[in-house]
Amino acid sequence: MNLKKTVILGAAVAGLLGSSMAIAAEQFIGLPSYRVGPYAAGGSGIFGGWIDYMQMINERDGGINGVKLAWEECETEYNNARGVECYERLKEKGETGNSVFQPLSTGITYSVLDKVAKDKIPLVTMGYGRTDAADGRVFPYVFPLITTYWSQATTMIKYIAGKEGGTDKLKGKKIALLYHDSAYGKESHAVLEKMAERYGYELTKLAVAHPGNEQQSQWLQIRQLRPDWVILWGWGVMNPTALKSAAKTGFSREKMVGVWWSGAEEDTVPAGSAAKGFTAAGYNVAGADYPVIKDIEKFVYAKGHGNMEDKSRVGSVYYNRGVVHGLITVEAIRKAQEKYGKGKALTGEQVRWGFENLDMDDKRLGELGATGFLPPLKTSCMDHEGSGKVKYQQWDGNKWNVVTDWIDADKELVRGMIEESAAAYAKEKGITPRDCSKEM
Amino acid sequence: MQFFFEVLIGGLLSGVLYALVALGFVLIYKASGVFNFAQGAMVFFAALTFVGFLEVLPGWTGLEDGGRAVFWLAFVLSLTAMVVLAIATEKFVLRPLVNQPPITLFMATIGLTFLVEGIAQGIWGANVRGLDLGIADVPIEYMMENFNILISSFDVFAAAVAAVLVAALALFFQYTRIGRALRAVADDHQAALSIGIPLRHIWVIVWAVAGFVALVAGMIWGARNGVQFALTFTALKALPVLILGGFTSVPGAIVGGLIIGASEKLAEVYVGPFVGGGIESWFPYILALGFLLVRPEGLFGEKHIDRV
Repeated sequence: MNLKKTVILGAAVAGLLGSSMAIAAEQFIGLPSYRVGPYAAGGSGIFGGWIDYMQMINERDGGINGVKLAWEECETEYNNARGVECYERLKEKGETGNSVFQPLSTGITYSVLDKVAKDKIPLVTMGYGRTDAADGRVFPYVFPLITTYWSQATTMIKYIAGKEGGTDKLKGKKIALLYHDSAYGKESHAVLEKMAERYGYELTKLAVAHPGNEQQSQWLQIRQLRPDWVILWGWGVMNPTALKSAAKTGFSREKMVGVWWSGAEEDTVPAGSAAKGFTAAGYNVAGADYPVIKDIEKFVYAKGHGNMEDKSRVGSVYYNRGVVHGLITVEAIRKAQEKYGKGKALTGEQVRWGFENLDMDDKRLGELGATGFLPPLKTSCMDHEGSGKVKYQQWDGNKWNVVTDWIDADKELVRGMIEESAAAYAKEKGITPRDCSKEM
Repeated sequence: MQFFFEVLIGGLLSGVLYALVALGFVLIYKASGVFNFAQGAMVFFAALTFVGFLEVLPGWTGLEDGGRAVFWLAFVLSLTAMVVLAIATEKFVLRPLVNQPPITLFMATIGLTFLVEGIAQGIWGANVRGLDLGIADVPIEYMMENFNILISSFDVFAAAVAAVLVAALALFFQYTRIGRALRAVADDHQAALSIGIPLRHIWVIVWAVAGFVALVAGMIWGARNGVQFALTFTALKALPVLILGGFTSVPGAIVGGLIIGASEKLAEVYVGPFVGGGIESWFPYILALGFLLVRPEGLFGEKHIDRV
């Protein structure tokens, strides 16, 4: 072989290699995370679990139909201005732009709500954000997936009713709502009031000023009121403070039910023995005995690629919540590939279709190694929530134990309120709701 | 009436805890005329360092996990860390800014806040930790049985610790050479230097003492609510206390703390229900503002007189 032939052959091989490298598509996912600042404990757990799941998909499956997942974190510190900056910084990254924006902050969600439809990037808000965005006709790019605050509030009353022996036993009962004095904390008021009218319980609302590290006045009022149940709608330091104050005033933790942002190890461990017996809602459960977590340990941690500095947090509530974010995001991309082409990197608009057509039934959850880990989920143009189901877990002093099956929300009540609120939003913003019969 | 006294006593005990944080501010302000914005961050840093050492020391030394030896060793090491922080602050922040306007020093402490918060989380991680000082946070049985008034034994313990600290610091400022030197430095940096007071040493000492106060406050607040970033917010509770009590008075911090603690709790219980509740966060500021209008220097602050 002379030199000329060698050069031509080399160039051809290089060209082939180059072209094969060029067609190895990557799906970019921008992560507006918070690992420093006031809510770093939650952020590091959730984003750690999410990244570990994506890493596992790359290591175990070689990506989604050969499309590797790529991601980049942008630190928001849970700050709205930084969140918007991260949104702008991430939106055009990757070969097809950012696939999805999930800020884990209601404030940032509201800040980018009007931008996402224009930029055609799905905004996924699992367990936070704007509840009426579950009406996909008005909010085509927003997905408050799995369950919303309103759904959760109805499951709390169902849970309490179950403990009391039925909804008919709620009449005359006293329920105190101890809530974070913010838009988040007030989110449940309308639903709990409507249910109070229906079932005849007496609702007393007690606001706790941010950050919630002083609750003496509220708990002295609770001591005087002597409620049958206390619903804890807290966040951050407010949660352990509430549990400790309950212990101090002698209120049984068995009679306290928390929101899912009150039900992580970060809320109970600082309260020590005062947290024992406390029950909280969750759209995911704690525990490392699920095949999906075992796979993360096998394909990620065993190779030294784990994201968590403290590996003991694998299987904690927040970590598993991050895995749920990963699971659903990957499933949406997989679903969208079925429509727009397997093995291709997709745009945000295409991934949005995937989120709107999720069908994660028990069988599919079983295939994903996540039976019981999160509830079955089926979304549509009409319904961007997809489930509404919640499980309850109880803290035994060392770990969370699941104490109920999935409890379904009062869909009739919640859906009516969602549609009413979404219609008002559409009118205010001049949005013409989509005709879902024309969507496929 | 029993309920009123329950709220009042609870408020007074909370007020002592606010005063404990306010003390840190007062110390630095007295000695350097600097409003130390980083005091909340120092409380967080100190408490996180303490629980961090509690976690790692048994592995490093073989001492019994949760034992007294580990506790005291962690305390000494944390205190050392606060002294190191004081030395570093003097060398890299204060020394280059000697004789600069107070606003410059204040801005520098804002920068210091972010640095200290970042260093604390960088070294020890962002995990939320529990802290058990061995003092149960339960009602005192005698008060419950005889008066049906709920008073926490932990709050009484915290109040006692704060009272001892205040007494010790008041004596220190009043009757020791260093205390007098601190007051001289606070009055005028250059004049103090001209009569041979070693400004650098004084600043290191006062920041180290403020670090010690931050450690004690951090341990108490950390044992109450967990050691987490929210400890930095304790500084917010101290601000109205300072306005009320005066930035330069140790007894003022205590009296201010008691007034703020009691009034915010009474307001929350008796006024809160009429305005939607959750007024504890802003009521003390309204009260402090009212005081400012009548007595700008605070209850015990030094009256500022300028020659015209």
